[in-house]
Amino acid sequence: MKSRDKEHFFDRPRNVKRMLRVFYAVCAGLLTADFLFHRHVVHAFEAVPGFYALFGLAACVVLVLAAKEMRKILMRGEDYYEGGGDDAGESDDGGDGGRG
Amino acid sequence: MTPAKVTTGAMAAVAELPPFLPFYLGALLVALAPARPQWLRPALTVLTPLLGAANLLTIPAGAHLNMELLGYELNPLRADRLSNLFGYLFHLAAFIGAIYAWHARARGQQAAALLYAGSALGAVFAGDLLTLFVFWEMLAVSSVFLIVGRRSERAMQSGMRYLVVQVLSGVLLFAGAALLARGGGLTFTAMRLDSAGALLVFTAFGIKCAFPLLHNWLTDAYPEATPSGAVFLSAFSTKVAVYALARGFPGVELLIYIGVVMACFPIFYAVIENDLRRVLAYSIINQVGFMVVGIGIGSELAVNGAVSHAFSHVLYKSLLMMSMGAVLYRTGRMNGSDLGGLYKCMPKTTLLCIVGAASISAFPLFSGFVSKSMVMSAALGEGYGWVWLALLFASAGVFHHAGIKIPFFAFFAHDSGIRCKEAPPHMLLAMVIAAALCVGIGCWPWTLYQLLPFAVDYAPFDATHVVAQLQLLFFSALAFVWLKLSGIYPPELPSVNLDADFVYRKLGPAALKKITALVQTADRALRRRALAATCTLIQTTRRLHDDAAPASGDVTGKMMAAALVVFCAALVFYYLV
Repeated sequence: MKSRDKEHFFDRPRNVKRMLRVFYAVCAGLLTADFLFHRHVVHAFEAVPGFYALFGLAACVVLVLAAKEMRKILMRGEDYYEGGGDDAGESDDGGDGGRG
Repeated sequence: MTPAKVTTGAMAAVAELPPFLPFYLGALLVALAPARPQWLRPALTVLTPLLGAANLLTIPAGAHLNMELLGYELNPLRADRLSNLFGYLFHLAAFIGAIYAWHARARGQQAAALLYAGSALGAVFAGDLLTLFVFWEMLAVSSVFLIVGRRSERAMQSGMRYLVVQVLSGVLLFAGAALLARGGGLTFTAMRLDSAGALLVFTAFGIKCAFPLLHNWLTDAYPEATPSGAVFLSAFSTKVAVYALARGFPGVELLIYIGVVMACFPIFYAVIENDLRRVLAYSIINQVGFMVVGIGIGSELAVNGAVSHAFSHVLYKSLLMMSMGAVLYRTGRMNGSDLGGLYKCMPKTTLLCIVGAASISAFPLFSGFVSKSMVMSAALGEGYGWVWLALLFASAGVFHHAGIKIPFFAFFAHDSGIRCKEAPPHMLLAMVIAAALCVGIGCWPWTLYQLLPFAVDYAPFDATHVVAQLQLLFFSALAFVWLKLSGIYPPELPSVNLDADFVYRKLGPAALKKITALVQTADRALRRRALAATCTLIQTTRRLHDDAAPASGDVTGKMMAAALVVFCAALVFYYLV
C-alpha cells in the first residue's frame, strides 16, 4: 500500500524547512511589533518589552521540562490499574473502532 | 402524593413546555421506535433538538412555572438570560452531537444521549434545588450509558466508578438542599458559603465541575466512552456545573483560587498523557478553570467572560472531541504513540481539528479569544495580578497541549503508516457546523455578547490585546519547535500517569485488602483463645462435678456435661468451617 502512496507535503524535508523559516520570520516580526507601537498596559510586567513573547517561550519550556520530571515519579505501565504486570500486549481494547 | 398545583407565570401562555420535556419525549420515542428503516432513530435524534429549540425560542426571559408539592414550592421552569444562554448552547451541542452520532445503531446510546441532553436542560432551567437535584442525578444515570456503551471491560469499570462519583455528588446536593430548606426556601439563587447546607451544595457542584482532587471521574471516564458518547459528555456535565456555580456562588473568592489550580495543574498531565482523548479531558478541566476564576471574581465582566467562555468551550471542545472520535472510529486507535501522519488520508478532519485547536488556543478571530480574554481582563482589572499571571501560563499551556500536541501527534509527527478512509460525511458535517460556529463567534463576537447575562462593554480586538496574544502563542509554538528539534520533548509513551484517582483505584483497595487480612488474623486468634477457654471450663466443671457429685445416677450433672460437650463440639465445628 505504502509504496503506491503519493508523496505528501511534509514528506519533503525542504517543505518543512520552508514552513519553519516562515514561522521564525513571523515570530521575529511579532517581537519587533512591540517596539513599533505604543500599547496600553495595566500590569507592570506588561510594560517590559517582549514580555508576552518571553513569557510564552519560558512558560512552555518550564511546562515541558517539569512534565518530563513528573514522568519519573508518576509514570506506570499501561495496564497498571488492571493489575496485569506481564501482559504487555496492546491493551487498546476499543480495538475495532469502538463503534458507538 | 398530593396533587400538584400548577401555576404559570409571565405573560406568556401555557403552551411553552419546560425545555427538558421535548428531549425526554424524544428519548422515549427513540427507545420505542422500530429498528427499520435504519434512518428513523438517528433522524428522531437529530429532530429532537430542532423541535426543542423551536419551543425554547418561545420562552421569554422571566417566564416561570410554579408547582406546589408536599408544601414546597417547586420551579421546574425558570427562564432568565443566564438559563436561556445555556439553553441555546445545549440545544446546539445536542444537535451537533446527534448529527455526529448518525452512524450509531445502539438504541440505548441514542436514547441515553437525548435523556442526557434533556437532563442538562432540566438542570439549567430548574428554579429550585429539589428539581435541580432530580436532573443532577438524571445527568449521572443517563450519561453512564455513553461510557459503558463502548462495551470493553475497561469502559465498564470506568463507567461504574463514574457513576459512583456522580451519584455521590447528587447525594451531597440533596443533603445540602435539605439543610437549606429548613432555613429558608428551596429556591436556587445566589448563596454564601456560611452554612453547612451551602457548603454541601458547593461540594456537590465542585465534584461535577471537576475541582482539583475531585476531578478524576472525568479523566477516567471520558476517554473510555464511545466516539460519539465523548462528544456529548464533553458538552454537558461540567458546563451544567459551571452554570450552577454561576447561579449559586458568584463572587465567592475561594473559587478564584480553585479555578487557578484547575487551569494550571492539568496542563502538566496533558503534556505527558498518551491517550489523546484523555489529553482533551485534562484540557476540559483547564478550560473550566478559567470559567471558575471568572465566577469567583464575580464582576459583570468576569461572569460574562465565564459564561461566554462556557459557550465557546462547548463548541470547540466538541469539535476537537469529534475529530479525535473520527480518528478512533476509523483507525481504532487513540494513543499518540500509535498515530501520526493521518493528514494524508484524513485531510478534512485534520483541517477541522486545527480550527478547534486554534479556537481553544484563543487565536484572534477564533472563538476562545473573544471569551477567555474577558476573564483575563477582569482578573487584571480587579487587581488579581498573580491570578492573571497564572492564567497566562495556563493559556500558553493549553495552546501547547491542545493546540499543538493534539493535531500534531494525530495528524502529523512521524508517519504511523496507517492509511484509513476520511471521516464519514455525517461526522464531517457535524464538525463543519461546529467549526463554522467557532469562526463565526470569533469574527462576530457581538452575536454572542448580546446574549450574555450582563450588558457588554468590551472590545476584544484592540491592537494591544491582539498583538500580545499572538506573541504569547507564537513563542509558545517556538518553544515546542525548539524542544522537538533538539529532542528534549518527551516522546509519546504507552503509559498510565498516577493522579488523584490512585487513592481510590490502588491505595484504597490495597489498604482494604490489608485491613481484611488483619481482621482475619485477629479473628482467628480470638476464636482460638475462646476455644481454649471453653475447653478449660469444661474440664474444670467436670473435675468439680466428679469431686462434688458422688451419686452416679445424677441426671442433671450428666446432662450438663453432655450439653457442654455438644457446645464444645459445635464450637470446634464452627471453627473448622
